[in-house]
Amino acid sequence: MNQIGFPILSLMVALPVLGALACLFAPGDEMRRANAARWIALIATAATFALGIGLWLSYEIGGPQWQFVENYPVFGRFGWALGIDGIALMLIMLSVFLMPICIAASWKAIKTRVPEYMAAFLLMEALMIGVFTAQDLFLFYIFFEAGLIPMYLIIGIWGGSERIYASYKFFLYTLLGSVLMLIAMLWMVQEAGTTDIPTLMAYDFPGGAQTWLWLAFFASFAVKMPMWPFHTWLPDAHVQAPTAGSVILAGVLLKLGCYGFIRFSLPMFPEASAQLVWIIFGLSMVAVVYTSLVALVQKDMKKLVAYSSVAHMAFVTIGLFAFNRQGIEGAVIVMLSHGLVSAALFLCVGVVYDRLHTREIDRYGGLSDNMPRYALLFMLFTMASVGLPGTSGFVGEFLTLVGAYEANSWVAFVATTGIILGAAYMLYLYWRICYGTLDKPDVAKMPDLSLRELAMLGPIAAVVLWMGVYPESFIAPIRDDVGALLARIERANPPGDAQLAIGSPPPAAASHSAEGGH
Amino acid sequence: MSYLHDLAMVAPELILTLVALLTLLIAAWSGDRAYTLVVVLCLAGLAAAGLSLVGPAGDGGSVFGGLYFADAFSTFSKVLIYVAAAVSILMAPRFFARRGENRCEYPILIVLALVGMGFMVSSGDLMTLYIGLEMQSLAAYVLASFMRRDTRSAEAGLKYFVLGALASGILLYGVSLLYGFTGTTSYQGISVAMAAGLSTGELFGLVFVLAGLAFKVSAVPFHMWTPDVYEGAPTPVTAFFASAPKVAATALAVRVVFEAMGPAASDWQQIVIFVALASIALGAVAAIGQTNIKRLLAYSSINNIGFALIGIAAVTEAGVAATLSYMAIYVVMTLGSFLCVLQMRDKDGRPVEDIASLAGLSKNQPGLAAAFAIFMFSLAGIPPLLGFWAKFLVFDAAVASGLFALAVAGIATSVIGAFYYIKIVKIIYFDDAAPSYAPADSRIENGLIAISAVAVSPLGYLLLPALALVAGNAARALF
Repeated sequence: MNQIGFPILSLMVALPVLGALACLFAPGDEMRRANAARWIALIATAATFALGIGLWLSYEIGGPQWQFVENYPVFGRFGWALGIDGIALMLIMLSVFLMPICIAASWKAIKTRVPEYMAAFLLMEALMIGVFTAQDLFLFYIFFEAGLIPMYLIIGIWGGSERIYASYKFFLYTLLGSVLMLIAMLWMVQEAGTTDIPTLMAYDFPGGAQTWLWLAFFASFAVKMPMWPFHTWLPDAHVQAPTAGSVILAGVLLKLGCYGFIRFSLPMFPEASAQLVWIIFGLSMVAVVYTSLVALVQKDMKKLVAYSSVAHMAFVTIGLFAFNRQGIEGAVIVMLSHGLVSAALFLCVGVVYDRLHTREIDRYGGLSDNMPRYALLFMLFTMASVGLPGTSGFVGEFLTLVGAYEANSWVAFVATTGIILGAAYMLYLYWRICYGTLDKPDVAKMPDLSLRELAMLGPIAAVVLWMGVYPESFIAPIRDDVGALLARIERANPPGDAQLAIGSPPPAAASHSAEGGH
Repeated sequence: MSYLHDLAMVAPELILTLVALLTLLIAAWSGDRAYTLVVVLCLAGLAAAGLSLVGPAGDGGSVFGGLYFADAFSTFSKVLIYVAAAVSILMAPRFFARRGENRCEYPILIVLALVGMGFMVSSGDLMTLYIGLEMQSLAAYVLASFMRRDTRSAEAGLKYFVLGALASGILLYGVSLLYGFTGTTSYQGISVAMAAGLSTGELFGLVFVLAGLAFKVSAVPFHMWTPDVYEGAPTPVTAFFASAPKVAATALAVRVVFEAMGPAASDWQQIVIFVALASIALGAVAAIGQTNIKRLLAYSSINNIGFALIGIAAVTEAGVAATLSYMAIYVVMTLGSFLCVLQMRDKDGRPVEDIASLAGLSKNQPGLAAAFAIFMFSLAGIPPLLGFWAKFLVFDAAVASGLFALAVAGIATSVIGAFYYIKIVKIIYFDDAAPSYAPADSRIENGLIAISAVAVSPLGYLLLPALALVAGNAARALF
């Protein structure tokens, strides 16, 4: 079966589903059901997190590429095939880590239809773990798409005033992106004769077809990610979703698109990736600058963080398509870091929203006076988002930029302006909320973080610092997988304009000709 | 080949005919008091007819000089039709009882329609085709106007009859053209004649026959009757129309285009492609503005038939298997939806058909709301529900045949269709509660809803290997 002799991945998918059923069928009157559902959800997510820790501990770094492999051909055309590599492991850890925090964040904020809410979140968790573990193309698609249903309900039932519009937009936009990918998948399976993802990753699709397949996958992942200009669903969805919905959307769901690029676009269509890299770079450069500028003028806190997500996702795509180790490892670290930091920022927004019930930035000010603990943690996450050394944001963005510089120095140049702009809008946000005079009476009355809120934000802060100070813990599991990916795409690597090369001893004045396209 | 053996091959139709005659006598003698007995007898007849398919009737080959085929294809279709009919009979009693119209004729007419459908899916000759089709249609016209005191029902019956007669005329005209230009009415003979090249007359015949069949499956541009009839007919009858006759007509279309017109595949393929895409698009767009749930489901059925036709357009064995699987999954989804519609009754038990009345159903009746949502998401083809797999199969067949443009256009249009399905979910889950319905307390109906909901839930995927096997066998019988 696998190295620990029991189907841990299936269990991690099944446990939240069972929890969801238990929430739905909890007995008693409304109050008791709601309480039972909260506790069931917390226990189920905590248990899944415990399993995740077990998974990480028993993951063998430097072992076989695919571990904990399970395969039961129960569906005829495709099978229940699960297995993970280091990249998937890290993303699973991110999901199971954020999930109990989401439940805690909804503990008091959600008052209506609690059992359904908890069930939707637990289903969401199962589907996310499923996406990252699926080793069968169609199983992947099913998990990938199925997430639409719970997220649609979460936004639509428990969202803000514009929730209906936002839920439609979210659903139809991402559905339209994904259906084209399904057609591409059908063709690939017919061409390669297998639905096994590891086999497909090593299969060489003919050059002309690669371009079409790549574009079909791009349609799906670019919307999911989202890349500019396919991002317009994101601010709506984020603003209208309940806090925990935003957390899971920014923390994990946006990573599905990046994961798709790593798992499908790059290894399956390396030539097309190299050929169409200009699309990625072009859109990413626009995204970094444009969405940062848009974030700068937002009046709504959640919208600001949402736009900053688009900008950070652009870093991920730049890193991934740099075709070198620094870029790809950096991109994965940005994914993890952004998952933590944006989740934490949305939680921070949720904390003050729960007290004042508005997300308008101008309604706040001077919070550092009456909410010092909140101001401290918010400061940490702001800095992590900006990419201050010592936080997780720095590691990822630095590596990404190093990789990008090697691939294309102009891209690196434009991306770096994004860091400056990122610092601008985040610090501006922090300044308006936490500094200034505490002149609004209702703001002054807001109590500092409760124990529950500290328990939500504290662990994230710890991991953000851990990743910033000792990133090796997170890079070690992915190192070999990035290596395998690089070995696969090396043959298509487009020539960079800033390759480092060993210069010849300087007899003449030719020392600056070391770079240049090959 | 003894005569008895020939009769054994048509056992299902014989059994159903005898049951229909017997129950008709019972009904004539004891009136509507015998309703329960008649229902039980009809269901028993259905079960017996289904069981008889295990024998030579299931896979015996052709009889009566090629007029009638008993093969895996007809068996698959018949089982599906019988199941759909049984559910339609089971869901009716409470609906009609409420208005004192619990008459024995309902199950009997359904059984008579089934005899016609049996001939349709087993036909090996244009004559059997026409007789089967007319038997089915005549019973259906009466069923549509079953609540004769209700003007909408009477109107539906009349509309169905007039337009159906027109379609039969078109079909018959095509049949006569085919007969005139090929000199035969047997599928095999026509196929041989067409293999030698398609004459203009044969082409016209082909077009007219396909037009008539398109009417019966309610595909665009011959769909106009569907919303009106579906809305006007009593709900159990609508459920029946949306399931069993759809399966029979689709199976009949498959049989005609492959057995009789196989050599002319390149000619009818373009017609089928157009009809499929037009049905998908119109079914999706026209449904958006509907306020009546039955009209909406009528457009949904037009939309779904479009997807099923994509399998035929692929002109492959896998395509036929995909169409058959699609119909099987579609029948479960659509019957489930109509069973849910049946639970939409106001406090006095009168049926409500307004979509807006579904608002906030999730608060009043969470179980029913969940079932409704499952069927809607499944009809929209969102994984992990089984409706996704149905669409998956037909698109897979289209891609395998190189019909990329068709596949891309079809799947992109399915997103438009998704809009109105998720609109229903929105009304059920997001909107503020409307006055609640009368409690859904019928054990039979709730049980049927639960069974179909579980079947289209992810658990249904465990049935896929079995479905693929039988649908594959059925499709192989035609090639």
